[in-house]
Amino acid sequence: MDRSIFGYILRYSKTAQLILLGLTVASFPFLYVSLELPKMIINDAMASRDGGRFFGYELDQVSYLFTLCGVFLILVLVNGAFKYVINVYKGTVGERMLRRLRYELYSRIMRFPLPHFRRTSQGELVQMITAEVEPLGGFISQAFSLPAYQGGTLLTILFFMFAQDPILGIAAIILYPLQIWIIPKLQRQVNLLGKARVRQVRRIAERIGETSQGVRDIRANDTTQYERARFAKELGVIFNIRLQIYKKKFFIKFLNNFLAQLAPFFFYSIGGYLVIQGDLTLGALVAVIGAHEKLYAPWKELLSYYQLMSDARIKYEQVVSQFDPIGLRDEQLQSADADQPLVLSDTNLVASNLTIATEDGAATLDGASFQVGLPSRIAIVGPTGAGKEDLTLVLANLLSPDNGRVLIGGEELAKLSESVTGRQITYVGYPAQIFSGTISDNLLFGLKNRPIRAAQLDGSDAEAHKRDLLEAKRSGNSEFDADADWVDFSTVGITPEESLLPAAERALTKVHLDRDVYQMGLRGTVDPETQTDLADAILRARKAMGGRLEDPKLGRLVEVFGPDDYNTNATLAENLLFGAPIGDSLQIEHLASQAYVQDVLERSGLTETLIEVGYKLASTMVELFADLPPDHDYFRQFSFISAEDLPDYRTLVGRIDASQLQGLNAEDRERLLALTFKLIPARHRLGLVEEELQAKIVKARHLFREQLPSELATAVSFFDPDQYTIGASIQDNILFGKIAYGQAQANERIGDLITTVLADLDLRGRVIQVGLQAEVGVGGSRLSLPQRQKLALARALLKRPDVLVAYDPTSPLDPNEQLAVIDNLVQEFEGRTLIWSLNRIDWAERFDHVIVMRQGRIVEQGAFSELNRDGSALHALVAAE
Amino acid sequence: MSLAEDMEVLRSIPLFAKIEPAKLKLLAFTSERLSYISGDEICREGEAGDAAYIILDGEADISVATNNGPMTVATLGKNDIIGEIAVLCDVPRTATVTAKTDLETLKVAKDNFFQLVTQFPQIGIQVMHELADRLHHTTQDLTKAKAKLAALDG
Repeated sequence: MDRSIFGYILRYSKTAQLILLGLTVASFPFLYVSLELPKMIINDAMASRDGGRFFGYELDQVSYLFTLCGVFLILVLVNGAFKYVINVYKGTVGERMLRRLRYELYSRIMRFPLPHFRRTSQGELVQMITAEVEPLGGFISQAFSLPAYQGGTLLTILFFMFAQDPILGIAAIILYPLQIWIIPKLQRQVNLLGKARVRQVRRIAERIGETSQGVRDIRANDTTQYERARFAKELGVIFNIRLQIYKKKFFIKFLNNFLAQLAPFFFYSIGGYLVIQGDLTLGALVAVIGAHEKLYAPWKELLSYYQLMSDARIKYEQVVSQFDPIGLRDEQLQSADADQPLVLSDTNLVASNLTIATEDGAATLDGASFQVGLPSRIAIVGPTGAGKEDLTLVLANLLSPDNGRVLIGGEELAKLSESVTGRQITYVGYPAQIFSGTISDNLLFGLKNRPIRAAQLDGSDAEAHKRDLLEAKRSGNSEFDADADWVDFSTVGITPEESLLPAAERALTKVHLDRDVYQMGLRGTVDPETQTDLADAILRARKAMGGRLEDPKLGRLVEVFGPDDYNTNATLAENLLFGAPIGDSLQIEHLASQAYVQDVLERSGLTETLIEVGYKLASTMVELFADLPPDHDYFRQFSFISAEDLPDYRTLVGRIDASQLQGLNAEDRERLLALTFKLIPARHRLGLVEEELQAKIVKARHLFREQLPSELATAVSFFDPDQYTIGASIQDNILFGKIAYGQAQANERIGDLITTVLADLDLRGRVIQVGLQAEVGVGGSRLSLPQRQKLALARALLKRPDVLVAYDPTSPLDPNEQLAVIDNLVQEFEGRTLIWSLNRIDWAERFDHVIVMRQGRIVEQGAFSELNRDGSALHALVAAE
Repeated sequence: MSLAEDMEVLRSIPLFAKIEPAKLKLLAFTSERLSYISGDEICREGEAGDAAYIILDGEADISVATNNGPMTVATLGKNDIIGEIAVLCDVPRTATVTAKTDLETLKVAKDNFFQLVTQFPQIGIQVMHELADRLHHTTQDLTKAKAKLAALDG
């Protein structure tokens, strides 16, 4: 990247800057005329009574005045139009350049050498790309046009003043040299402070990042006060810097104002003297003073431009230097498409003298050399700190060795483009990164190397899409379309028409993630409009389930929904709705304040009863939880009322007794009603919902459904034995009821039963398909660590690479599962290459070839059986386990 | 089945008997009613115990593993408590408990009981009293037994 911001501006926006300059210059004649015109109006049209000539036409005085005024009005419009066009164009240029800069910086992050990330904090990178470059766009847009425009304006006005009287002209600018000399000196000091400020803000960003990541350990050590103090200190530093900047900036301002105000002093003294002497007319002096006032604005603009320019230069240089680390990966390696695939069978992998030194001089790899025939399944073993991780990274071409090289069939790995190494070879480390999106997005991540098919859009969408792509190109952004279809199924040997499911299911099964995804599927939802056959299949499963529940042993585990039965294992709200809420308006939290719900309760004569139940419930809760501290776990587990709300309810039940409920205001009544809605008789055993009340609620349920207003028609999907319940999970749809509370092991038994029913109907795969659409959260936060590692392995498997390099990816799994997954992978990679850094040495027996490392060197290699003899390094390691 | 009933059942258990009513109600609220059908296993010998069960209705067989297979050593009925010691300390189940008839229990989880004790130390003191009382009786019994043994030997 260009070291100077002007270099950068000229390289990418020369034409645009020239256009801006051209527009600016073109606007000057109009500006000059608009200065000249008032004089003509006053002197020619108003003062002399004999009219004038306008482009050869003789006009009387009044017509002449109006003509000139008309011209003035036109000029005002023309000047305004120029400004508008120039400003819009400037804005566009600035935004394009900002977009280009941000893209380029982001793009560079992907080329950073891996060790650089240990030295750079994420917070700093974010800060630089988002906030710090933001003002640069504004500057870039006017880098040339502003000085040209304001300088030109200044010159125009000066020219006008000199034309009136040269001495006064000189008086107006006599102090400029002083300003030009002194301001930059002061400005430099401000600039230095500015640099310090930028650095300090980055430090603060880093601290915030570290705190938010490490808050668990901070609390665990009771160091929150220490961290607060440290942060306060950092804020203090920035406070002082900013204060200094203000002082200096305002001093510059003061100086500027003072010097600017000195000019009128000269006008009044020198000009006044000249007028008294009769060398200057009073009119000319007034005109000059008027012109000088106009002079002030562009001069101020030029000075502030100078400040802006200094700021922008520092920011640009600081940012750019951070994005140019040593060892930045060659851009070509990432952008080039593969010429031909790398031959990875019947060839040799030769690593010679691989060396990686850390900053403090210690070496993680210290002349590691080995040779092995491919394909082969290779285990790398050795004690902690032997350099296993760096070796795997080098072999996956993710880390460049300081010395030495890796050759595959005579080709140097480091010189191959990522379109070769990143597709035929893949890497799974620990911890592996999972990206936000669905499970399926993550599985397919490795297949999105280049766009395969353009996005299918039509009409105005297509037009807008085209414009967006063109604009991206103008800003030097990626010309690939993010909305295109990127998934290249051909690499996994299936056509896009075929379902991805079998391949995905197979990969998930190999890494033992299929059960988890299946569970996610059971919790997932199906849209019966678009997935009619699946919804029908689930209804068949419901029937089958119903059949099985006829066995009284199983039947007691589930309380099935019946249109005329009160379900004691469901909330009162569910019993009233007798359906699943869709969207927000009928969610249980909002139900008590829902007008139609209130209306139905009123008409069923239930309102008072339910509020009374709510009152009793509140009293019981207040009594039970009164002495517990607000953070007690019981609130989360058992309470209807959160710890924060408890005092309010305590006041409420303390203030009134059960006979005064009608006198309560609407808000309090709704709060009590809301409590009642959450009541589950079988679970809470409070005896508050007696059979008589249950019958009334069932009646109200029918009323609710019959008279449901049309605006709520889409807010609920009613339970119907023959209809798929929209908005409810697959599991709930199969059960069509509630798992009973108080039945031993009901959850496990019903879970098993659902699995059996789905397997009988051959629906397990379909449920997994739904599970593939589950969101994993930012960075996979909704998955557990073992799940994330398994998903990363499945992603690598689905890609069918020729070589899979793995650094201990299974370590968070429990030992039995680890071994099972490793066995699966070793089997899967028969005939392909698998390089696996193992934490358990005896497991290396499963691999064809074993490499034993110690202190950055390879000390032994060969088949496990050959190496495992007395006196060998491998033997010593096995014995030590 | 109501909270008040459950509370009365808890009160009939010596270990909980001295706990003041308000706290006992909270313990009842946080406990869980669990039904088993005859033949269901409630807990298994050797497994970690995490809860005590109070029989509300029905009967349960206590059995231990012997060389000749499981042997039933006792049968518990209404208001008997299963695995009482499990709510106090981490010991593996000393026997297997199976529902002899359909069984209705109240399950007091160790975690819930401990949270209550940590929050209200007076409950701990009451439980300690009860345990000390039992220890005293056990020690007395032991002394008597030893004296008898000594007399026999002598």
